[in-house]
Amino acid sequence: MALESHIPGGPLAEKWDRHRFELKLVNPANKRKYHIIVVGTGLAGSSAAASLAELGYHVSSFCIQDSPRRAHSIAAQGGINAAKNYQNDGDSVFRLFYDTIKGGDYRAREANVHRLAQISTQIIDQCAAQGVPFAREYGGTLANRSFGGAQVSRTFYARGQTGQQLLLGAYGALMRQVQVGKVDLYPRHEMLELVVVDGVARGIVTRNLVTGEIRSWSADAVLMCTGGYGNVFYLSTNAKASNVTATWRAHRKGAYFANPCFTQIHPTCVPVSGSYQAKLTLMSESLRNDGRVWVPRDAGDRRTPDQISEQERDYYLERRYPSFGNLVPRDVASRAAKAVCDDGRGVGSTGRAVYLDFAEAIRRDGLDVIKQKYGNLFQMYEEISGENPYNTPMRIYPAVHYTMGGLWVDYNLMSNLPGLFVLGEANFSDHGANRLGASALMQGLADGYFVIPYTIGGYLANTRLEPIDADNGAFRQAQQDASTRIQQLLAVRGRRTVDDFHRELGLLLWDNCGMARNAAGLQQARERVRGIREEFWENVTVSGTEGDFNQVLERAGRVADFMEFAEALICDALERDESCGGHFREEHQTSEGEAMRDDEGFAHVAAWEFTGVGSDPVLHKEPLIFENVALTQRSYK
Amino acid sequence: MSTPGSPESESVTAGPATEQREGGMGLTLKIWRQKNGTERGSFTSYEMRHVLPEMSFLEMLDVLNDEIVLKGDEPVAFDSDCREGICGTCGLVINGVPHGPGSGTTTCQLYMRSFEDGATIHIEPWRASAFPVIKDLVVDRCAFDRIIQVGGYTSVNTGSAPDGNAILISQDKAEEAMDVAACIGCGACVAACKNASAMLFVAAKIKHLNVLPQGQPERRQRTAAMLEAMEAEGFGNCSNEYECEAVCPKEISVKSIAFLNREFIRSALTRTGFSPLVTEE
Repeated sequence: MALESHIPGGPLAEKWDRHRFELKLVNPANKRKYHIIVVGTGLAGSSAAASLAELGYHVSSFCIQDSPRRAHSIAAQGGINAAKNYQNDGDSVFRLFYDTIKGGDYRAREANVHRLAQISTQIIDQCAAQGVPFAREYGGTLANRSFGGAQVSRTFYARGQTGQQLLLGAYGALMRQVQVGKVDLYPRHEMLELVVVDGVARGIVTRNLVTGEIRSWSADAVLMCTGGYGNVFYLSTNAKASNVTATWRAHRKGAYFANPCFTQIHPTCVPVSGSYQAKLTLMSESLRNDGRVWVPRDAGDRRTPDQISEQERDYYLERRYPSFGNLVPRDVASRAAKAVCDDGRGVGSTGRAVYLDFAEAIRRDGLDVIKQKYGNLFQMYEEISGENPYNTPMRIYPAVHYTMGGLWVDYNLMSNLPGLFVLGEANFSDHGANRLGASALMQGLADGYFVIPYTIGGYLANTRLEPIDADNGAFRQAQQDASTRIQQLLAVRGRRTVDDFHRELGLLLWDNCGMARNAAGLQQARERVRGIREEFWENVTVSGTEGDFNQVLERAGRVADFMEFAEALICDALERDESCGGHFREEHQTSEGEAMRDDEGFAHVAAWEFTGVGSDPVLHKEPLIFENVALTQRSYK
Repeated sequence: MSTPGSPESESVTAGPATEQREGGMGLTLKIWRQKNGTERGSFTSYEMRHVLPEMSFLEMLDVLNDEIVLKGDEPVAFDSDCREGICGTCGLVINGVPHGPGSGTTTCQLYMRSFEDGATIHIEPWRASAFPVIKDLVVDRCAFDRIIQVGGYTSVNTGSAPDGNAILISQDKAEEAMDVAACIGCGACVAACKNASAMLFVAAKIKHLNVLPQGQPERRQRTAAMLEAMEAEGFGNCSNEYECEAVCPKEISVKSIAFLNREFIRSALTRTGFSPLVTEE
């Protein structure tokens, strides 16, 4: 199947307007006859479900959490970008577009990213009207800050809880539609299968996580807003329940998975302390504005930081990148930390950490200023580590944070399977090979509030959908598949726990397909993944029964899917024989260790078609055409 | 708050996990086990060895569960998700206190260094009739969603918002709203209250929206509807014990309940046809 991105013609700035006009409309009286399934209730899912219901569609909304308000979007701290140019500092739609394309290392579609930048301004209006308590200036106008190295102040924020406040806004809008009967809400329901009838997505199969009931749901379109796959690495900043199951199940039914190797590693997280560790906690990137990163000059120096003199320290970011210093982009800072730890100069009990030191900032600005800026973060660090960062440097280490890859979608956010739309982090579309800070919230809400309400109409108005019910053969088959899989998991009765397998898989990927990758390591990892997967199906132990609230069974299903997905991730990393954004292939670097892109060979989207577990997926390339920006090499020297 | 003391059913000794964890603390856990919402529950005792102070409380339970599963038994069901104190999913009553010792933190932010070697720890679910137990330590908090559903928002359709800066809000007002908007909906306030009152939760949402200009058009209707829903769900009323404020992981002040009471009177007066002189705060 050829990939058709359906990017509208015309000049970049006019594409979206023109497309909105050209899209067919659904008669208002007919909208109520359409039933739309929305899986996931994060920023993308809640905003989409609410907006479609407001238009008159009948929506069913599913989430695995006990309440839609708890989706993982809630954990985003920093902020949301918008090209409002309220600060009169030179921002514009084109600049946000340009920064996003460049930040993504030229591996995203121009048309999608420009639309995102255009829509960004409406998102802020919508959220402000909902009562999101954004930070304000003294005169009552919205406050902005510069974030993630951006040269303009375009980031809107609500203390350190921007994600939570935006999600509560979208959740409120969703609950309002529940109240008027336009949305049926199904919390604690997990999607286990996508149902495809004659090549068209027509429904899903879910498991009720409380009763264990497996059920089919038919619809005219399915929206998957199920987030990213960072937990394939076991340790990540994602929530414990974040998983790849919904997107992977859709992939198995024919939806292409695009650029899975584009994963983002965040440099400032609290390091791992032991094998029992369940997750990693992100410390806001803003800490790098005042903290200085260093390690001992000599390998094996195990002294405490206060015993190491200035001359015996290596402020390696300041040394290697004199102009950007501690503020180099996320991927550069992460790889540099890995490099010094690989040298044996890492600190802390595990040797996998570097210092982030505020002593100089405290001397320069005074304790009060630092407390005011970072008090809550310092407190969080102290709770986790038991150390006081005012007296001793923080220990930080990179952790998996966000995944740019996802299901392939066209300009309308529809996958190659008609009727299946994919929104937010679950799709691949807007961040290329690396996402800029404060852009994830923007994309989730853009897709849900302002893209899908238009593009779904175009699909429905143009498509003749036969009435269908959940008794259809395809539904019965999908339901049977979901049940069989659960039986199989329960029947293994082995000797290793689900988490034990997940940990082993995660560590393998972290070592071979994490911050730095090479062909030999990836090939080995691929073999090892197959081995782990085989052992999983022979030796995992899943307690309890299917017809019950069974958290081990839930996790087992998700880990089983991670086991299959991991191979696709490695495959993509192997195939992409260049370094770009968050994907660093050791074979492709400058003499100074900087990433080297290969625009001749790899300026494309890699969309993978599933051909069976353990068999090679088929690669489909969507060429990326740049008409409005010139491709340049990043430099932070 | 309920007090532990039900009869113990069985004692399971959980040995050290597969990894090399040496030293650390020994603990006795008395955990509420309940098969489902209809059967009676009771405490089961577990001996934990080699608990490290850097473990989080929930990681300690993860280790316990791995050991239980390897023995072929059913692990302890408990809810958690983000494990960094923001999603509001986790919530255990630890030694009689929702979210355990330590102020301004959720259960997932509690670390084992807060406990002493040899300690006995009682672990229970939130207890309130409006939060029925699903299994062990997991409860159903959908009642909170149903309260939000009747008015915890501003009714603004997507696309119809004015420019963000068309609505000016003083910094003080924005901060006041943010202080209460920080509520994560965990339900600890209900679990701590002898009346199982949801007043702090409801007050936080009502204050967040009612102090802001965006919330004014629906101010009175929202207050009346949410309070009515709260009562219908079976939550009790406030009798000024301040237990909710003490356990709130986001340290939301009981002053917001006083605000709620004023809003309630104002809303009730309006419905009787009386129009108060002061209409804006």
